[in-house]
Amino acid sequence: MDIYLLEAIINGVLLGGVLALLALGLNLIFGVIDVVWIAYADLVMCGMYVIYWLYAELGWPLPLACAVAIIGVAGLGVLVHLLLIQPILNSAPINQLLVTGGLLFFLQSFATLLFGTEFRNIGVRLPIIEIGDIFISYARLLAFAVALIGAVALYFFLRRTFIGTAIRAIAQDRDIVGLMGVDQRRIYLVTSAIGGALAGLAACLLSLQYDVHPFIGNTFGPLIFMICVLGGLGNMIGGFIAAFVISQIIAIGGYYTNTELSYVLAFTLFIVLMFVRPRGIFAR
Amino acid sequence: MLSLAAVSAGYASFRALFDVSIEVPRGEAVGVIGPNGAGKTTLLRVISGLVPPTSGTMTFEGRAVGGLPAHRMVEQGIAHVPENRRLFPRLTVEDNLRIGAFIPQARARFAQELARVYDLFPRLKDRREQLAGTLSGGEQQMCAIGRALMSGPKLLLMDEPSAGLAPLVVEQVFELVHRIREQGLTVLIVEQNVPQVLDVVDRAYLLEVGSIKLAGTAAELKGNDFIRQSYMGL
Amino acid sequence: MSPRPIALAAALAILACLPLLAPPYFMHLLIQILLWGFVYTAWSIMGRFGFVSLGHGAFMGVGAYVPALLWNYYAVTPWIGIPLGVALSVLLALVIGYPCFRLRVVGHYFALVTLALSQVVMLSIIAARDITGGSLGMTQNAAGHSWYALQFPDKRYFYVISLALWLGGLAIWRLIDRGIGREALDAISEDEEAAAAIGINVMREKLRVTVISAALTALGGAIFGQYLMYLNPETVSGIEVSLKIVFAAIVGGMYALLGPTVGGLLTISLIEGLRVAFGTHFIGAANTIYGVLLILCIIFMPRGILGVLERMKLRRMREKAVAAE
Repeated sequence: MDIYLLEAIINGVLLGGVLALLALGLNLIFGVIDVVWIAYADLVMCGMYVIYWLYAELGWPLPLACAVAIIGVAGLGVLVHLLLIQPILNSAPINQLLVTGGLLFFLQSFATLLFGTEFRNIGVRLPIIEIGDIFISYARLLAFAVALIGAVALYFFLRRTFIGTAIRAIAQDRDIVGLMGVDQRRIYLVTSAIGGALAGLAACLLSLQYDVHPFIGNTFGPLIFMICVLGGLGNMIGGFIAAFVISQIIAIGGYYTNTELSYVLAFTLFIVLMFVRPRGIFAR
Repeated sequence: MLSLAAVSAGYASFRALFDVSIEVPRGEAVGVIGPNGAGKTTLLRVISGLVPPTSGTMTFEGRAVGGLPAHRMVEQGIAHVPENRRLFPRLTVEDNLRIGAFIPQARARFAQELARVYDLFPRLKDRREQLAGTLSGGEQQMCAIGRALMSGPKLLLMDEPSAGLAPLVVEQVFELVHRIREQGLTVLIVEQNVPQVLDVVDRAYLLEVGSIKLAGTAAELKGNDFIRQSYMGL
Repeated sequence: MSPRPIALAAALAILACLPLLAPPYFMHLLIQILLWGFVYTAWSIMGRFGFVSLGHGAFMGVGAYVPALLWNYYAVTPWIGIPLGVALSVLLALVIGYPCFRLRVVGHYFALVTLALSQVVMLSIIAARDITGGSLGMTQNAAGHSWYALQFPDKRYFYVISLALWLGGLAIWRLIDRGIGREALDAISEDEEAAAAIGINVMREKLRVTVISAALTALGGAIFGQYLMYLNPETVSGIEVSLKIVFAAIVGGMYALLGPTVGGLLTISLIEGLRVAFGTHFIGAANTIYGVLLILCIIFMPRGILGVLERMKLRRMREKAVAAE
């Protein structure tokens, strides 16, 4: 096999890690609260700016900046739920969709206001690893590993803890959980915080590899949506697998053509798959 | 232990309960019978906090509890086994029981309560890793009761425990009610299966169209002509 | 009902006279309001029945770029190019709509699929940068004043065209609102399965409004392109445009005939006003405030401004009725 193709495949897998993390976050929120945060990718953008600001501008140590970003975006997630979602939980679902659309608009403009439209890089240069004739960026490998750890941690949290079980239960029957002493509102907030934290974690991982600019959310946001719909909205495992499927298509497509065209290819395949299995490949 | 005085309640489009007053003395088993649509399920939902009362008062162990949300009621010591069981179908049996012990008091005693429930329901222990949605009707009912017991309640509300179950299983369920009472629990059962429930409870109320039409000891109601004709087919 | 026709005639008279009086900048704004109002109205033909598309930027982009590309590379007159663009948009709508509707992809799923669609169209335009100029945009070859090329340096021509388009859009909206199909669509939006059960051809009805909506949007995009003489993928396609369309229609009130137009009027005036106020300082401030207002509007006025006015009118009527007793 062509060595560059192999490299592309491997990079596809590594890219899939972070996408899978974001898909988990979006699916978690949708499965529990029944809302899609259209602005989810822009929460990641906020996290990336936090890291840029703290590390590149203020000179804080990188691990600390990352920790603050994760906690910060988690808090942002809670705010999103409290201020935007909770007031309209009982109105038409379309309103919940649109209000996060408004948030997308707001976050992108606010970031432009604060930082301008230039691309900013945090300037961390991690080595390139050479295995045989294949070059793999250490940053990408690290991102993949951390994303996997995050996913596993989430898994154990949901399976083994009381709150995690409550979160899974609410997704299956939200009216009755009150009878077990579960405060629905609190669980929604916890879920929003976790979704935010996952976005914050993704921000850390993406900062190592990419520049940040106010509209970076538009590059991978629709990808995440495609992934989640493909895997079945709300289906955590489906989304996880779909992330790697899509990232492979992009990597291999990008190898044969260019990046934008590979997105188009992914979308076309996505539409074709919708013909075949409209609720997603893995929908229940 | 529990007393409702002139409680009314309803939903957005209609009222379901009109000035309902009932008493559930500590340690006793009380039944509420009546036809479909009488408001029996609404009554339990008001007591457990899922539906707020629009008027009247509710006291539990001397404390006013009317209007408290459901998750607070569980902390007060009231557990509700809902109509149609309402287990979480894609959680395992043990996860369903685990979630029953969500409140802090129950979490601290999780291991003991779990052991107690498995003791009461050995079949559940065998199936602890099985998805609740795949259980048989009788097993689901046991799981639902077990889940409610996990919170360590003082008062257990049961909504039509015999619904959709084979006669043999129904007997087992009511046998269970006996054993639960022996453990010191107070029970309030809503039922359509009148003969069986009157054999299990100490006193009962007849609820029709949202109002209490009759009240008395189980023996009194069993001997009542109206009840015998309308609800026991005699 | 009697003051209505008089008010209508007066409004039309004013609109007809405007080109003779107004300065160019004002005309420019008016044309934008009319064209965008037309596009927003086109969207709401679908949106009001619950078929919320977050991807109308795709149709607008295709409608705008096809005639422009055909003109630049093959000197094909927009009189042919525009219908081709509209046809392509319709094809796109069918390709996306058919599987979605046939297999009951609705609500969130549909919104996300259309969102991805608009992004993909934008990316395709950018990817074909050799032909389209990519992110830098493209300009149509100038032909001066020409009916053949559908180019008119004199804004008044486009004013009339936009006015005609806008009125046409309103007429079509009205037709659908008052037509026989309306009840079928209402039934579908309320309960699709029940509607199918009583014999409504759900698929055909949904596809029909989708196609109409897409075609009109594409037409709007095409005229917009001809007017501006400059196309940029971010301005006529992509997520932002799609969201803008939805927001304006909702802010104005998509259940009312003039709702989307009012939404366009408000949002365009607001953005222009903010841009004038902030100038080149604080880039992004205007949109930030716009975003906040949007969020507030969705939370507090879900039926849009006209919806609020409607409710106020109803309340006043009720009060009058009570007082009359």
